[in-house]
Amino acid sequence: MTGLGKDLLDLESLSAEQITAILDTAEPLKAISLRAIKKVPTLRGETIVNLFFEASTRTRVSFEFAEKRMSADAVNVAIGNSSVSKGETLVDTARNLEAMKIDMVVIRHQASGAARFLAERIESNVINAGDGTHEHPTQGLLDLLTLRDKWGTLKGKRVCLCGDVLHSRVARSNIHGLRKLGAEVAVCGPRSLLPNGAEEALGVTVFDRIEAAIEWADALNILRLQLERMTSGYIPSLREYNRVFGVTRERLDRAPRDLLILHPGPMNRGVEIDSDVADGPHSLILDQVTNGVAVRMAVLYLLRGGRPDLAAAGTAAGE
Amino acid sequence: MQAYCAPMTATQTILDARACERTLRRMADEIVERTAGTESLVLVGIQRRGVQLAARLASLIEEREGRPVPRGALDITLYRDDLQTVGPRPLVGATELPVDIDGKQVVIVDDVLYTGRTVRAALDELADFGRPARILLAVLIDRGGQELPIRADVIGKVVTVPAGSQVDVRVAELDGDDTVIVGPARSRGA
Repeated sequence: MTGLGKDLLDLESLSAEQITAILDTAEPLKAISLRAIKKVPTLRGETIVNLFFEASTRTRVSFEFAEKRMSADAVNVAIGNSSVSKGETLVDTARNLEAMKIDMVVIRHQASGAARFLAERIESNVINAGDGTHEHPTQGLLDLLTLRDKWGTLKGKRVCLCGDVLHSRVARSNIHGLRKLGAEVAVCGPRSLLPNGAEEALGVTVFDRIEAAIEWADALNILRLQLERMTSGYIPSLREYNRVFGVTRERLDRAPRDLLILHPGPMNRGVEIDSDVADGPHSLILDQVTNGVAVRMAVLYLLRGGRPDLAAAGTAAGE
Repeated sequence: MQAYCAPMTATQTILDARACERTLRRMADEIVERTAGTESLVLVGIQRRGVQLAARLASLIEEREGRPVPRGALDITLYRDDLQTVGPRPLVGATELPVDIDGKQVVIVDDVLYTGRTVRAALDELADFGRPARILLAVLIDRGGQELPIRADVIGKVVTVPAGSQVDVRVAELDGDDTVIVGPARSRGA
């Protein structure tokens, strides 16, 4: 089964075949962004609402480009100036939007599980663009695509997620996706920023020292220190964090092999990652951004498809 | 208008490898005749088997004319008009046009011309890449049954078969041999 069904809520519930189908579809879609006319008519007439309850630039813009390049009509609803700030519930907001005949909702929300909650209550397709500390599936997919492009396959490759794993939905999506595609996964960070009993809870190797992670890994996915989610002292200071866990040029120079460097952004330069690493020769950070648009186009394409009720009536257009 | 044909019960080979070779050779000559040489000629095959046929035609033309002929590939999936009704989403292949098509004579190459909807999609996709001086259509098999005002300019063979029957073009690069087989309808995806 390689179809995606109605919604994309997480990578945990997808099979390796489904994930591979998304990546394989994203591959030819990349070229559309290189054309003079960066647009295909595939989703003409579809209306998509980008419902963002949390600040986001990169993800929202990336989804918007993806929607426009597939010819869908996209409307952005940002929380600051919507009626949610007047006390409307999530479901009421979505039902009102649905009453205006939309086809799909892309939702980012601060509560874990918000995307599933919505998906179970509305007819439109729902894409999770990040829910609390749960998952951020399209970010996970674009990380997978970026690494697969470099290596050809993820099988047997070693990827370490570094830093604030505790608050990171990106980490969770990556762990599920990487393991399903056969990569070995580790995490590295201060214990205060890892889930309790991370080894068992996540089923991954844990490194307490960044030097050990660098020695082990083929790629580092350096997570953003989520300062806005840290209400009490998880780390003594940013300077100390950088001194102990920061990915620096000097540390990478001692690696036994060339490491690929990913970061989901936005970066805290000089904290979890130094500028000469972020801008260095092994950094894939801008490839990630480029691939994000293609992966999201692929998800839009694969989700909207398949109306089994109409399938029987369709005639073969191939030949 | 389609002539009445009895329903097919058995498969039948209508072109074998040698016949395919002769047909392609004649098609190649006809293409250059129509485009008055290889100046500004570009062959674009429709995924999947049109791509191999375009490559064959291009080499045959190169052999004859002694000039390189650019060839490209077009995947029309994202331009199909039935995406709302087909079941699971069809796989998307690569579209690769090696040269700017503005002002060129573009020959679209496909294996079978049937409803014409694939060609309609290909015309739309080409228009997103540029404005050719002229677009021609070359197909190995014209099986009739067009649902749109689309006709081929260069045809390998016209075949009259009942609606629903299957015309399979096999190419050596993908299928091991060059043959064209006509057979009874079979369930999709078989």
